[in-house]
Parts: sequence; C-alpha cells; structure tokens
Amino acid sequence: MNSDIYILLILLLPLLSFLFIGLSGRKLSTGMAVSVGCLTLITTLIFSIAVAFDYFFVKGSVGGVYAPQIVARFEWLRFSPGMSIDLGLIVDPISVMMLLVITCISTMVNIFSIGYMKGEERLKSYYAYLSLFTFSMLGLVLSINIFQMYIFWELVGISSFLLIGFFFNKPSAIAAAKKAFIVTRFADFGFLIGILILGTGAKTFDFLTLIDRLTHPGVALDSLTGSGFLGMSCLTWALILVFMGGAGKSAMFPLHIWLPDAMEGPTPVSALIHAATMVVAGVFLVARLFPIYSISAPEVLQGIAYIGSFTALFSALIACAQTDIKKVLAYSTISQIGFMMFALGVAGWGEGHDEGFTASMFHLFTHAFFKALLFLCAGSVIHAVHSNEMKDMGGLRKSMPITHITFLLACLAIAGIPPFSGFFSKEAILSAAAHGNPPVFYVGLFTSALTSFYMFRLYFSIFWSKPVDAHAHNHEKGQWAMNIPLILLAIGAVLAGLIPFGKYVSATGKAIELPIHVMFSVLPVCLGLGGILVAAFMYKKQNEIPQKVTKLLGNFYEAAYKKFFIDEIYLFLTHKVIFNLIGRPAAWFDRNVVDGMIQRTGSTSVNTSNAIKNLQSGKLQGYTMYFLGGVIVLVVLILIKFL
Amino acid sequence: MSILTLLIICPLLTSVLLLLPKSDKGTKSIALIGSIIQIALTGYITFLYQAIRSAGDKSQMLFESNIVWFSTLHINFHTGVDGISLVMMLLTGFVVLAGVLVSWNIKNQVKEFFFFIMLLSTGAFGFFMSLDLFMLFFFLEIAVVPKYMLIGIWGSGKKENNAMKLALMLMAGSAMVFLGIVGIYFASGYFGPHNTWDILELSKIHLPAEIQRVIYVLTFVGFGVFTAMFPFHTWAPDGHSSAPTAASMFLAGISMKLGGYGCLRVATYLMPTAAKELSWIFIILASIAIVYGAFATLMQKDLKYMNAYSSVSHCGFVVLGIAMLTKTAFAGAVMQMVSHGLMTALFFAAIGMIYDRTHTRMSDQLGGMLKQLPFIGTAFIIAGLCSLGLPGFSGFVSEMTIFTGSWEKAGLFYRVATILACASIVITAVYILRAVGKAIWGTVTNKTYLMLTDATWSERAATILLVVGIVIIGVAPFLFIRLIEPDVQYIINRIIL
Repeated sequence: MNSDIYILLILLLPLLSFLFIGLSGRKLSTGMAVSVGCLTLITTLIFSIAVAFDYFFVKGSVGGVYAPQIVARFEWLRFSPGMSIDLGLIVDPISVMMLLVITCISTMVNIFSIGYMKGEERLKSYYAYLSLFTFSMLGLVLSINIFQMYIFWELVGISSFLLIGFFFNKPSAIAAAKKAFIVTRFADFGFLIGILILGTGAKTFDFLTLIDRLTHPGVALDSLTGSGFLGMSCLTWALILVFMGGAGKSAMFPLHIWLPDAMEGPTPVSALIHAATMVVAGVFLVARLFPIYSISAPEVLQGIAYIGSFTALFSALIACAQTDIKKVLAYSTISQIGFMMFALGVAGWGEGHDEGFTASMFHLFTHAFFKALLFLCAGSVIHAVHSNEMKDMGGLRKSMPITHITFLLACLAIAGIPPFSGFFSKEAILSAAAHGNPPVFYVGLFTSALTSFYMFRLYFSIFWSKPVDAHAHNHEKGQWAMNIPLILLAIGAVLAGLIPFGKYVSATGKAIELPIHVMFSVLPVCLGLGGILVAAFMYKKQNEIPQKVTKLLGNFYEAAYKKFFIDEIYLFLTHKVIFNLIGRPAAWFDRNVVDGMIQRTGSTSVNTSNAIKNLQSGKLQGYTMYFLGGVIVLVVLILIKFL
Repeated sequence: MSILTLLIICPLLTSVLLLLPKSDKGTKSIALIGSIIQIALTGYITFLYQAIRSAGDKSQMLFESNIVWFSTLHINFHTGVDGISLVMMLLTGFVVLAGVLVSWNIKNQVKEFFFFIMLLSTGAFGFFMSLDLFMLFFFLEIAVVPKYMLIGIWGSGKKENNAMKLALMLMAGSAMVFLGIVGIYFASGYFGPHNTWDILELSKIHLPAEIQRVIYVLTFVGFGVFTAMFPFHTWAPDGHSSAPTAASMFLAGISMKLGGYGCLRVATYLMPTAAKELSWIFIILASIAIVYGAFATLMQKDLKYMNAYSSVSHCGFVVLGIAMLTKTAFAGAVMQMVSHGLMTALFFAAIGMIYDRTHTRMSDQLGGMLKQLPFIGTAFIIAGLCSLGLPGFSGFVSEMTIFTGSWEKAGLFYRVATILACASIVITAVYILRAVGKAIWGTVTNKTYLMLTDATWSERAATILLVVGIVIIGVAPFLFIRLIEPDVQYIINRIIL
C-alpha cells in the first residue's frame, strides 16, 4: 500500500471537483454537481482513514517516535538560492489528525447540505466553493513550507469569503463576508511580515529547516535574537506577528469580531469553516511552530496563554447573553478556541511540560465533532422554524427527536461531562494549565462552568421552554440527508474522547500520558453540572427568572448583549478614522493639490503666453521701440561699469 | 533581418491593410487576424528563445540584428531580446489581442480606431526590442500619440481636456527621457571609445558618478511619468476615465509598462552608481504611491477611477522593486509589470463590458451584476481577486517576490518601506471587496438591468485569454522566473560592481 499517492489524491481530488463543477457551466445538472462534490469527499475521507491507519499503526513510528515525513516536494518559486516557496506534502501526527478532521467534517457537511440547501438556485457554485475550501484547508495542513501555508491560508480566506457571502442578495451577508476577509487580511499582514523576518533570518522558508535552525544555537538564531527593535528581539517580533495571523483566523481577541458576523453564511458552512476547520488554523499554526515558540521564545507563548484565556472567558460571557442561536454557538466557538490556544500557551518544551500541546490538539479534535454537530443541529432547527432567534423556538423535542438527542449529546460533550469526548480533552487542558500556569487554570475553570450554562440555556430554550405542540408534524421526516450526518457526528462526539490521544500526538513525537485524576476532575465536573442545573432552573420552563437576572445584572448584561461594544469601536476606527480621516483627505489631496499643481502648470503657461504674446505684435514701430530701449539699457550698464 | 523585425512589420502592415476593406467587418477581421499573428509570433519567438537557451547559448541578447540607420549620429536599428523584453512582448501580444476582441462592437470610425491600436502595438513591440536608445525613444513616441487620438475621438466625459493632460504629461516625461539619453550619448563619447546609443555598448562603460546622477534622475523620472509614479500620476485617473475600453487596456496594460521597463533597462542598468546612491528617492516615492494610491482608491465610486488609482498603487510596486536593487526585487518588478498588465487589462475589459450595457460605472448605481451577467461578473471578481493578491493568480507571486526581495535589504529605511508596501494588501482588499459587494453582488437596483445580456463571443474570448495568462503565471511562476532570471542577473551584476 503506497499511502503517498493517497495523500496526493486527498489534496487533488477536491481541487479537481472544484474545477469540474466551476468550469462546466450551465450544461452540468445540479444533481450531478452535488453528487460529484459528495462522492469526492467520501473518497478523500476513505483515503484519509487509510493514510492515518498507515501512519499511526504501520510505518509512521520509528523507534517509538512519530517523525515527520516529506511525501513530495518541488521548487515552485525561487527567490534566491535557498529561499524559495516549495510545494510539498508533510505527514506528521498533527497533519494526519487534521486530515481526518477536515475530510470527516467536510463530508458530513456536504451530505447535510443536500437536504439543507435543497432548491437553492446556485447550488452548483455552493458545491464548487465547498470543494475549493476543502482543497485549501487540506493544503494548509499539509504544507511543508511556511510560505506554502500562507498561500493556502489566503485561499482558505477567500473560500470563506465566498461562502459567507453566498446569499449575496442580503446586504448583511455581503457586509459579513467583507468583514471576515478584511479582518483576517489585516492579521495576515502581520503574518506576512513575520514570515519575512523568520525566512530572511533563517535563510529558509522550509518548516523543518526553519524549526531546526531556530531552535539550535547557530548563525540564524544569533542573527534574529541579536538584533532587535523597540526592546524586543527580531525573533520575538516575528513570532508575535506570526501569532497575529493565527489570532486573526482563530478569532482571538481583539480580532474575533468577524466570526459572529460570519454566521450570515449558510449554516452548514458555519459548521465546517467557522466551527471545525478554518478557525482552528491559528491553533494549528502555533502548533506547527511549537518548537520555536517553546524553546526560543517562551515569553511569546506565555502571552498566547493570556490572550487565549482572556478570549475564552470574554466570549463565554457574551455567549450567555446572545439570543440568536448561531451567535451563541459562534461565541462558544471563540471561547473553545481560546481553550486550545491557552493550552498551547501553558505548555513548554521537554518531557513533563508538553502536556498542553497534546491537550490542545486533543481538544481541537473532539471540538470539531461536537461543535460541527451543534451547528448542524442548529441548521436543522433553523430549517424547521425558519428563524435564528431563540424566542421563535421552544418545545421542539417531540417534533425533532433526532436533532434533540444529538444536540443533547453534543451539549454534554462541550460541557465536559464524563464520559463524553469533551470531558477528556478539557480535563487534559485544565490539568496542563494547573500545572503550567495557575491563573490561567482558574480562568479556564470558571469559563468551563459558564460553557455548560450557556450551552444548556440554548438547549432548554430550543427543545423545552414552551409546551410541546401535540399536533406538530415531525420536521425530520424524509430528511435523511440531514439526519444521517447528525447521527454519525454524534457518535464521534460521544466516543472521540476514548482515543488514547497522547500515544499518537505530542510535541516531540514520543508517546505521552494524559492522565485522568479522579480527584482533580471532581471540581470541573461539578461546576459543569452546576451550570446545567442553573440553566435548567432558568430556562426549562418559561418563567420570570431570566428577566429578573437580567435586571439584576443591569448594565453588565447590556454590555454583554452588545458584545462589549467591540464592533462599535471597530466601526469608529474604520469609518471615522480610515475612511474620513485618511481616505477622503487622500482623495481630495490628489484631486486638488497634486493634480492642481499639474493643472496650474498648464494654466500658468497659457497665462504667461497670453501675457507676453503681444510682444510679437508684428508692428515695426513696436520693435524699434524695444530696440531703442535695449540700446539705452546697454549703454547705461556700460557707463555704470566704466565710471 | 531577424525574426524580431517581423514583429514590427506585422502590426504596421496590419494597420495599412485594414484601411483597404470597405466594410467595417472586413476591417475588424484584418485587425483580429493581425493581432492573432502577432501573438503567434511572440509565442513562436518564446519557443525558439527557450530552445536556443536550453541549447546552451549564454549571450545576453538573442536574435540580435544591427543595421546602420544614420551613421553620422551613430543611430543603429539594433534589436534583440532577452527574457525580460520577451515577457513584455508576450504581454503586449496578449493585451493587444484582447483589446481588439473587446472593441468588436465599436461603431464609429472603425478604421481609424483599429489603425491607432495597431500603431500603438507597433510602438510597444519596437520599444521592447530596441537595443539602441534612439530607436527606443522613437518607438516610445510612437506609442504616445495614438493614445491622444483614441481618447480624444472615441472617449467619453471631459475627453478633450483629459486627452490633452495625458498627452502633455507623457510628452513632458519623454522630453526628460530624451534629455537623459542625449546626455548619455555625448557622455559616452568623452568617457568611452566613441559616441553611441547602443545599450549593450553603454553597459560596458562606467560614466562618472556626477554625470550618472543627473541622467539617472532625468530618465527615471521621465519613465516614471509613464508608470504613473507619484506625484506624476494624475494623468492616469483622468485619462482612463475618458478612454474607451481598449485604450484603457493599452494605457494601463502596456503603456505604463514602457515606463517600468525604461526605468529598469535605461535608468538603472546604465546608471548603476547613481542608482545605488539615489534610489532611496524612488523608494520613498514608491512607498507613498503604494499606500496613498490605495487610500485614494478607497474613496472612488467610479469603477474606472478605482482601477486607475489602484494601478497607481500597483505600479508603485514596480518602482519599489526596481529601486530596491536586489535581484529578487528586480525579478518581482518584472513579474509585477506583466501581472499588472494582464490583470488591469482584464479589469478594464470587465468594467467596459458593464458600462456598455448599463451606461454607468458608478458602483452605487450598479448591483446584482453577478446575477444578471454571470460571465462578466465572474471576470470582474477574478480581476479583483488577482488585484488583491490571491494565490493562484499572478498578483500574488509577483507581490511576494517584491516583498521578499525588498526584505533582503537590511536597514530600517528599507524595512519601513517594505512594511508600508505590505500594508497595502489590506487596503487593497478593502476597496476590491467594497466594489465587488456593491457592484457585482447584491440585488439589481435598476429594472432596466433585468434585460441585459451576458458577454458576446468576442468578449468571452478576450476575458478567457487574459485569465489564462494570469492563471499561468500564478500557478507556474517557475516558468516565468526561469525565463527572466539570467537577464536580471546581468542588471544586478552592474549594480554589485
């Protein structure tokens, strides 16, 4: 079995599917496009499983260490000797894990969309974009070169843009798509500068060489740590800037503002891109460069821990106050990515310190399943009630039994209730934090209590709250395309935690233990259950308590509901400052000053010629007068000189 | 006579032949055939070029021919190509063919229109293959005059004023170029074996630094006017806004590249000492152009003004790459010239197609174009994505090459300039996505737009042609780099010395 060919096919099949659907024009029937899209992904899923099996169980492990393997490589664009963008494929634990996540969620979403997007006019474009996204995301995780990653990073951004703006006759969708792309582009600007600093410092863009040169003493490391700017070394700057790119894609505070708005896209897209895959790209980036962060710049890693934990708490608070179910899920996603980030942040290099790395990847893995499931369930609900608002829902548990049960399972998983998958990964993160950075641990603990509260607030508001309508027909009947992915993902959400993750994925490639201490787990689990109870108390039946609590919290609730006014600050910055204070003056300056100068040159020459044209009058008397005048002036000058 | 001469004869002959037929259709067909032959010829020359290179011919110029034209003044008709001029000629071939195709529906004074287009094409081909400064200047002038006619006769809006502004500013630029090259000619007599206009001979002479400085500034600024270098760019927005579609495509696609090529081949290559001393001036001007052009673009509602200002910003990259004086940056600048030429031609073509149908270019009056005109809307989006540097299109590879090349220069000044240039990718995204959101996405605002018909066969052909060019460079940049790398080395060798 040659798994190298499979890996190449995993990457290329979605691209071919995109080109096929995108270029075939009107002749291709919608049904054909849909089946091409779905079948391609099912094939890649099977291949990914084969590759993962091959890597983890057959030939990946050399002497107990999972080493990275370069499957293919060719020089795509050479800048100068040694410095080039090479395209290639890398196989290592995290890339194989991501392969599984991406192809799996992508396949589910493609199938789910058959039901959800039925009757949509531009379904072909939709499937083309989905294929493009899957291709770009796979390329991103398989990159061997930091510039190659940047390429796919941008492609992922544009597919996200196209998909968020899929319903482009809604102005809100256009605005959201633009916002998502521009905010992440701003972050990518940092990423790009970071790449340039790292690349020119280490004289390579290749990941493995880069990591090697920047973690061992040598010329490259000296040149980057030796020079500095504003009190920090170039390496620190570069790593901060690279993280900035990651923070943009992974919606870390304060670059998180695009993600909630991105919910304007079709719900399956939110499940795929804005919950499970693209938004964890930032986490993946930090994980990819983890040796450099942990060995050469632990202070940056510490900063990442604080940013991650703050984001986790901050967005969990906002999630508690939102009424749009997709917004709640969006903030919950931000919060969970915060968990992954700070798990990386509290980790260090070397045995006994790198638990956080594995915990982060583990949470990334389990989160993909339960969060995609939550979004698809939300899609199912929205499909049934035609609204995103909680107040339009309630009592749906009888009319949507499958959605109800799967949603409940996912909520239990995210709340960290044993034995569901989230329990294991969150436990690993919290224990790594307790070990590595106690303040962050307490924030994480509190946030996980909040998590279970807002998730069950959502659950009870959708499925309980109002009395069940006995006459309501079953919304799910005949929706096999939507139900099957829910069931499959629910299986993943329940069981994914049982994988002995530490055995396969770790910072060094060596197996590590992710121990579950019963004593340690008591507190987080109790807090999780407490959150559920509070939510049940407040939202299981319609009552006055939520209003009272809202009133009690007063301004704080208002601020959380308004997302702490971050959007307003950005709006002020972009519209007032950039447009009105820079753009408009620049345009005015160009028209009136720069062009005015040119115009004035023109008009001055016209005026001058008008003024002096009378000299050339053609009248002989005039010329004689000038001649006489000239002679007199000359004579006077000569006289002055000689006298 | 070398095969290159055919590339001058072909457009010239076409321009004469198309005066013969009585019907407009005949004229158009001749123009189309002529431009197809041109592109085929350039393709064939590229093929031959690569064959000769891979056979191991390392001489700087291939297909050289040197005919004495005016011996007293040492003017020779000296032609030859290297990789850099070859890619520029390929660009010319692409844009001319696309321009002829999108002008298929032109109604009035068809003969004259295509005549001027072919004249322009002659000028551009001649310019890129000239190895004699005088001939180079001669062809540069040939390329200026038709633009005045194209805008003045077939234009719209304040066309007389804008055509005049464009022609006068370009003339002023070429006057400076002329002063510069005359200076070179006389200086070469004092400091070299004899007076010469010949670029290859001049490249072996090192003029004294104080002479180089004057000539460098004169020629760089003179050619800089053509690339719309800040603050001499204002002809571009006004000229484009009035120009008919094909003229805009030439103006931005080819004419601005004449300037960039001149800055590289004449100013930098022949005046290396001055380039090292004074290129900081142009780094500053380029950085301003990049950022300031991008900000000015933000506020434009007229799509043509938008693309014109964005061209100012994008051509700033060309100047930046040339002024950075590193090999990578040079290669990036050449790449950016070709990339921008194709991309902006596609942009103007798409805008022109929309304008022909809706009679407006105001982004707030448009909307829902992707729904009504799926093909044209997609073309617009592709041009936009190329402009904002999406990987897979040519803009990305060329910008990244320039950024990396500029970053190779250590020193805070260069770093700041590079960071400013990089920052523009964010602003570019803002204005491109605003235009796409307003004009292309959204719902149809005007009921009359519901009756619009999508692109005709010729418009489709033009679009596909340009997109193919953009995608080839974007997907396989190694082909491009391989073609120009040895020749960039010649230029950088002069700088390093």
